[in-house]
Amino acid sequence: MFGRLTWQAIPWSEPIPLIAAGGVGFLLAAVVGWVFVKGYAPYMWKEWITSVDHKRIGVMYCLLALVMLLRGFSDALMMRSQQAVAFHGGGYLPPDHYNQIFSAHGTIMIFFVAMPFVIGLMNFVVPLQLGIRDVAFPTLNSVSFWLTAAGALLVNISLVVGEFARTGWLPYPPLSELQYSPGVGVDYYLWSLQISGAGTLLSGINLVTTILKMRAPGMSYTRMPVFCWTALASNLLIVAAFPVLTAVTAMLLLDRYLGFHFFTNEMGGNPMMFVNLIWVWGHPEVYILVLPAFGVFSEVISTFSGKPLFGYRSMVAATMAICLLSWLVWLHHFFTMGAGADVNGFFGIMTMIIAVPTGVKVYNWLFTMYGGKVRFEPPMLWSIGFMVTFVIGGMTGVLMAVPPADFVLHNSLFLVAHFHNVIIGGVLFGLFAGYNYWFPKAFGFRLDEKWGKRAFWLWFVGFYAAFMPLYVLGLLGMTRRMQHFDRPEWYPWVLAAAAGAGLITLGIGAQIVQLVVSIRNRAALRDITGDPWDGRTLEWATASPPPAFNFAVMPNVKGEEPYWGMKTKARELAHLLTAEPSYQPISVPRNTATGVVTAFFAVVIGFAMIWRIYWLAGIGFVGLYAAFVAFAWRNRSEEEIPAAEVARRDRDNRFVRSSVLAEGASQ
Amino acid sequence: MRLRALALLLCVTAALGGCTQGILDPQGPIADGERLILLDALAIMLLIAVPTILATLWFAWWFRASNRAALYRPTWAYSDKLEVIVWAIPALVVLFLGGVAWTGAHQLDPARPIESSLRPLEIQVVSLDWRWLFIYPEQHIATINRLVIPIGTPVHFRITSSSVMNVFFVPRIGGEIYAMNGMATQLNLLARNVGRFPGLSAQFSGDGFSDMAFNTDVVSEKGFRDFVRGASASSKRLDGSEYISLSRQSTSAEVKLFGKVASGIFDDIVSRRLPPGSGPGPAAQAIMSQKGM
Repeated sequence: MFGRLTWQAIPWSEPIPLIAAGGVGFLLAAVVGWVFVKGYAPYMWKEWITSVDHKRIGVMYCLLALVMLLRGFSDALMMRSQQAVAFHGGGYLPPDHYNQIFSAHGTIMIFFVAMPFVIGLMNFVVPLQLGIRDVAFPTLNSVSFWLTAAGALLVNISLVVGEFARTGWLPYPPLSELQYSPGVGVDYYLWSLQISGAGTLLSGINLVTTILKMRAPGMSYTRMPVFCWTALASNLLIVAAFPVLTAVTAMLLLDRYLGFHFFTNEMGGNPMMFVNLIWVWGHPEVYILVLPAFGVFSEVISTFSGKPLFGYRSMVAATMAICLLSWLVWLHHFFTMGAGADVNGFFGIMTMIIAVPTGVKVYNWLFTMYGGKVRFEPPMLWSIGFMVTFVIGGMTGVLMAVPPADFVLHNSLFLVAHFHNVIIGGVLFGLFAGYNYWFPKAFGFRLDEKWGKRAFWLWFVGFYAAFMPLYVLGLLGMTRRMQHFDRPEWYPWVLAAAAGAGLITLGIGAQIVQLVVSIRNRAALRDITGDPWDGRTLEWATASPPPAFNFAVMPNVKGEEPYWGMKTKARELAHLLTAEPSYQPISVPRNTATGVVTAFFAVVIGFAMIWRIYWLAGIGFVGLYAAFVAFAWRNRSEEEIPAAEVARRDRDNRFVRSSVLAEGASQ
Repeated sequence: MRLRALALLLCVTAALGGCTQGILDPQGPIADGERLILLDALAIMLLIAVPTILATLWFAWWFRASNRAALYRPTWAYSDKLEVIVWAIPALVVLFLGGVAWTGAHQLDPARPIESSLRPLEIQVVSLDWRWLFIYPEQHIATINRLVIPIGTPVHFRITSSSVMNVFFVPRIGGEIYAMNGMATQLNLLARNVGRFPGLSAQFSGDGFSDMAFNTDVVSEKGFRDFVRGASASSKRLDGSEYISLSRQSTSAEVKLFGKVASGIFDDIVSRRLPPGSGPGPAAQAIMSQKGM
């Protein structure tokens, strides 16, 4: 009746996951209870859960990422503390538990922190920067988000029901095959990624279509903000790479469920095929994450230097070059599989070539600051911290692209230090910069600056304290994923890394305080103009938070940095350029529960398949199809906001904006 | 007291650790070459990375909004000369490093035989769950968890796995290579100094992975002959059935010696005439599926 699911699936004898899950469950219940008691439930349902507004969906993506960051980081703390106490001993986490933790850490941080955070920012910002009212397919956008959340939910269910994969975040066969991993852990991994991967692919299609087909009048390709270019590159990579991930995880599922032999030792299976395919997805994935972060830095450095981005066209060319080259480097993840000198040499050189456009970007950011007036507010601090840190991470990356150097560094803690150096120093710093930068646009008030700076410095110093020791450990020959060790020369560095993780904990604490303090002081931090940073692109041309329709009148773009152009002219004339437009009614897509219902059934299917409860999976499929049919047969897909309402919402903002501009001009 | 000991330990290892224990303290020509390339590439890159980092900090600080002495050019956003330079600098570095990578990949290709007047010693390596089996086909002996090689003699390794992937790695003697079931990879190493050097698996392979450490003893010619003689005296024989029992999961660190080895056993493992290791095994699988794990 319940497949492999029994009461024993819950790890009654292991206190850590039970307590953690109990805590999370309690917190979740408290939040839900509070929402109901306070009577916010209808608001949550109508305005958020069923929303198809790209801004709301973007915010929910980022929220999901921040919550999962706490989960992923707890895993990191457990890993660091386990190694710190596992010198000549077993530590406090037995291998079967420790192995789940590092597998979950990687999976969560990449798929459920970095990805939703990046997609969330793109979702929120791209339509605003392009001067349009929503993405190309608003309902699909909601489906994408909820499928991602469904994947995240499944990973977290594995904490208490069964187990998570014990194979590393990329489950190399044959270890991940049924013969060597008979438990449900790998199945949790595979179904979570199938579901969230589908969401990511749909989101990629959505944003590519949006950018290619839906720009405001006059917004030609060469006038698009660099963030939109990086979003385009990133989403093109998603569209091309995620089907590979779906295919390779599907093949492993077939091996595990139906006795296929794609990657098994026997019957002609070839595990190396998995390794190739997963990295054919995996390396572009790195650029899917980091390119939008580069876009954030481009926006932030330009805004906070009070200058246009230096070498805009060069930046665009570099972005698209990286987009193409990212397909030609995957083999550098396994130089040590014995591919031969020519193959290794080729992929080594291709990997280095990617460093050229990346280096160009660094110099262009450098010259963007040159001759500017640099303001050290939190987004800019994250950006400068990134530039310094990323140069180091890039350098160690190119170092490992040299095959003989990789022969001694592959899989070592040097590698671990390298990719954290680029993913934290590159992606995460970029996401935090974007979070501080666009928060006022999303919520109408700025984040507290003092706590923002504290968070930055704690993270920045904590990062170096936690990961520089790992570089040393790699040089000392320590490999990754060790549950215990007995080499005395490694021990002090392991302790130092644990201390660094402690500093990062304080940094995350400071970020939580920053959010709480900012919400409390939101009246004082209010952004009434919609342009708190003296911005240059179109998202700052509308109110904060923007109305559902984004722009009361579609902007007419006349050059790069359209909003800066408008402001310059307005400052010269000391009043807003255009007279009040004649407002028209605006059609916006209706909210729909399709996304959340689809995701609900996806969770049902995933959970049922993991535990081999096939009748339940059948119900899930029927439900999914019913949700699709109900959506396809809907009567009304849009609703109209009357012209009077549009006018009312726009006039206030126009008034404040024009008085501020007049003030600016008179100075 | 313990704190002081810890501080002492920290100082000593910080001073010595970087240079005397890891890959920066090579014990043979392959590891020498790998270290040299690593340091060369690092030096080349530091030449531009350090100025770039300093320039970042300097530009950010000098052009701070409150500095009235700084140049102010709010519309300056393009310079073709600078564009040429910013594309050229990384391109030239990469051109140079690319040459290093290409020649290095060929010279230090793990499959490339080491030039020497001595005939290479053949050693066959099988990664088990979670131990190492070393077979000396010419000496007809085998060991578990102990690798002994003669000084100054090139060693040709053929490496495979009984089940899941592992990586064979003795950091101070030379680079890594994967061990994979159904395949044999090759590695050529040579040790210059006598000593005991730790080896490990550098690819996660399951619950017993952290226990896959082994010692590599580099001994004199005579020491090696003694080792072979000693091992030959063992009455244990490595044959198919012994291999199958060895391929069951175990984290025993016990060193074992086999005085006789069935001929061609390594090829039987690679060609899967001997079956892959059973993993947790049917009994464990039954328990786990009952527990729903």
